Amino acid sequence: MKLRTWFLLPAWLSMAVLFAAPFVIVLAYSFLTRGVFGGIELPWTAESYQRLFDPLYLTILWRSFVMAVAATALCLLLAFPAALFISRATGRKNLYLQLVMLPFWTSFLVRTYAWIFLLRDTGLFNTGLQALGIIHSPLPLLYNDGAVLLGLVYGYLPFMVLPIYAALERLDPALVEAAADLGARPLTTVFRIVVPLARPGIVAGSVLVFIPCLGAYLTPDLLGGGRTVLVGNLVQNQFTTARDWPFGSAISIALMALVTVLLVIFLRRESEPLA
Amino acid sequence: MSLFLAGWDVKFWEGAILRYYFYYSMAPILELRRLVKHFPGQQAVREISLAIPQGSFFSLLGPSGCGKTTTLRLIAGFEEPTSGDVLLNGEVVNQRKPYERNVSTVFQNYALFPHLTARGNVEFGLKRHHATDIDRRVREALELVGLTGKETRRPAQLSGGERQRVALARSLVLQPDVLLLDEPLAALDPKLRKQMRLELKAMQRRAGVTFLLVTHDQEEALSMSDCLAVMNEGRIEQVGSPEDVYLRPSSRFVAGFLGAVNWIGGAGIRPEAVRLLAPGEITPDRHAAGVVTGSVFLGDCVQVLVRLRSGEDTVAQVPRRAALFQPGDNVQFTWNAADEMNFS
Repeated sequence: MKLRTWFLLPAWLSMAVLFAAPFVIVLAYSFLTRGVFGGIELPWTAESYQRLFDPLYLTILWRSFVMAVAATALCLLLAFPAALFISRATGRKNLYLQLVMLPFWTSFLVRTYAWIFLLRDTGLFNTGLQALGIIHSPLPLLYNDGAVLLGLVYGYLPFMVLPIYAALERLDPALVEAAADLGARPLTTVFRIVVPLARPGIVAGSVLVFIPCLGAYLTPDLLGGGRTVLVGNLVQNQFTTARDWPFGSAISIALMALVTVLLVIFLRRESEPLA
Repeated sequence: MSLFLAGWDVKFWEGAILRYYFYYSMAPILELRRLVKHFPGQQAVREISLAIPQGSFFSLLGPSGCGKTTTLRLIAGFEEPTSGDVLLNGEVVNQRKPYERNVSTVFQNYALFPHLTARGNVEFGLKRHHATDIDRRVREALELVGLTGKETRRPAQLSGGERQRVALARSLVLQPDVLLLDEPLAALDPKLRKQMRLELKAMQRRAGVTFLLVTHDQEEALSMSDCLAVMNEGRIEQVGSPEDVYLRPSSRFVAGFLGAVNWIGGAGIRPEAVRLLAPGEITPDRHAAGVVTGSVFLGDCVQVLVRLRSGEDTVAQVPRRAALFQPGDNVQFTWNAADEMNFS
């Protein structure tokens, strides 16, 4: 075998064991029958897929989609100015980048729990606002859609900041000067020159945020309480409490198909050549 | 009588109008007053004063790091002066942002917007100024620079020379008080560079816009400028017409920067002012004996290297047909006193 093949072997092996094989297993499960005590049994059937079209599940899917879109949009809104600031900071660029990545030093689970302590009725925000006399009874900050959105935006913000930063870093500063020179005020320059040229970064960041948000499980579980069920929680329920592995598998496959289709449409539209 | 009076009247008004135009054509459109710019650990510009007349082609010439680009950036508003003033049309504009100054820059690498077409680039400034009849002005600007038919191309689809034309059109279409050009020809190949020199000069005349060119290429500055300033280490060494600066440099630095100089006993002589004669021939008033050490064939002329008896290595630029000397020949290195450049 050629040297090249040897070097590629670990990548192929890990892809086969960690991606292809599980995918095939899930795909197979989704077409099997639910076992009496969990697990799977023959015969083959597409019944799980038919159940997906139950309005109850379609609603959950739609809610997840809206939540992911909202989280992506909010991340973009927050990340773009931050990335622009970092890319234009001359001396402390590395410090700011470290700060963006600082949250990764602790577990995502711990950080999400921390939000519970901040948002709950006896949490920092509510007790603080009450102590200041601004409110008299605790605000419902936790266990609702808002809390889930907050958690998602908080969790995935760095994935939006970094690609946009990378795109802005490649932007020739002379272009910004040229825009000002031709009479563009700073905001006009941002919207007419900087944003269009940062588009590859914006696209990459949006994809990196949207996909995990659509399948998010931990954040809605912890911050949404039992009330906010998103598709990620639905899958988890099927495998644990509901003991319906075929249906859980079918949802997973459907979600994957949905993401793939959306991604292809999105990237096709966005990847029209710039130069 | 009335005819005479009328005639006198016409003469009078003609004179007045001529004086008026003369005054305004001479009034500086751009003035720098004791301009200073410090960067941490570096004095980029040390007290520059300049007045650039309306409609002229002015060059700032100097070696890299002499402060010429910083001066340009101070005029454009990308940098703020440490002290001193920039005046446009008689107004101090130090505090104005680049988008509030009626000057425009052609950047060294053109800085065209890659996501916009040639037309989009040229329109950009007009749209920011809420101009009317944008279509006509864009068309005229692209015509001026000879880019008609390439409106819908993106910068990546244009050649280096075409990109530069877009950059010029983008700035000229705004009819700036002063067009600033930062080494505009440096990115072009040598042949195109020579052609663009002539075209730039022609465009400047046609557009009637004041050009301020920054360059380190003395040939470029000499061939295009009405007037040029030679800069060194953040200061202006000399201001004058190309002939003035080349023939009557005010310092050794200027003499050496604008062209090759032979230094013989404190006097500078340009290689092309030298005549080489065989020993025994009748010589002009200045001469020195030497030995030919080699020659460089340049096509249209020959540079003959001569080591003088006094030990100096010198160069004489002579017509191709006159170059009959071989290495080892004894020659007389001669020149006229009038061609000497002397510095106290």
